Amino acid sequence: MKSLDDLKKIRDAAQNKVVMRGKHNGIRILVGMATCGISAGARPVMNLFVEKIAERDLNTVTVTPVGCIGECAIEPIVEVLQGEERTTYCRVDEEVAERIFNEHIVGGKIVSDHVIGKYRL
Amino acid sequence: MNELSLHILDICQNSIKADANLINIIIEEDIKNDFYKIIIGDNGHGMSEKTLSEVSDPFFTTRSTRKVGLGVSLFKMAAEMCNGNFSVDSVINKGTVVTALFEHNHIDRSPLGDISETIMILILNEKDIDIYYEHLYNNKKYVFDTREIRKVLGDIPFTEYSVILWIKDNIVNGIKNLQKEETK
Repeated sequence: MKSLDDLKKIRDAAQNKVVMRGKHNGIRILVGMATCGISAGARPVMNLFVEKIAERDLNTVTVTPVGCIGECAIEPIVEVLQGEERTTYCRVDEEVAERIFNEHIVGGKIVSDHVIGKYRL
Repeated sequence: MNELSLHILDICQNSIKADANLINIIIEEDIKNDFYKIIIGDNGHGMSEKTLSEVSDPFFTTRSTRKVGLGVSLFKMAAEMCNGNFSVDSVINKGTVVTALFEHNHIDRSPLGDISETIMILILNEKDIDIYYEHLYNNKKYVFDTREIRKVLGDIPFTEYSVILWIKDNIVNGIKNLQKEETK
């Protein structure tokens, strides 16, 4: 079990970093985390994003749980916000989340087969 | 929802929406007396008596994007399915307490699941809230308190993801230790 001393080490390491995660620069990932999202499996999806960000130590990416946007049938919904650009993904499971992370967040290319428009033609 | 920790996450989202800045999650397991109790308390803005009487109705919601609100009713159903009971108490401007009691041994009682993920997501919420989590297992106790963590962290935010991983590890092992000592 990691001790409080380990936490202090993490703190000291973080203090040496110059870059701080800002709320409005970089990439924001929003995960729908209302009843509908939770029961559709949003929690492991969010967990995957957190672990991936920590693993790669990305300073400009944040992931935040949000409410429901009223499209409960196609949850889990994940939105990626980058500047003015907003991409909404739906029916995201862990596999798709990993693709979003690798292809979109890191690679800069939208995972087009899971964007919301594909389901709402 | 097939984990109690998912219900807890769901109920706590209501607390966050009620502008709470402290959420207490208390889980009490007692094998001998065969009960499993979950108490979630917040210091949010509370509910009026009228709202309180409607809150476990699945067709009641404060939202305008849809007409149903299933979170509380699903949790209530889960408890009642396990010979337990469920109650919500609330005082305006003071806060709300949700209590769910399960029969520990009941075949329909879901496992707790990954409570560390639940707490992680609550911490990463946009609003600045503190979480106090207490898990009693028979006579043993594990306590996790974000206020204690804040003291160590100083001005380092929780969005520093290595901190989040530390927290998850701490909770997972904390609960594991509770149950390990029991089997000795």
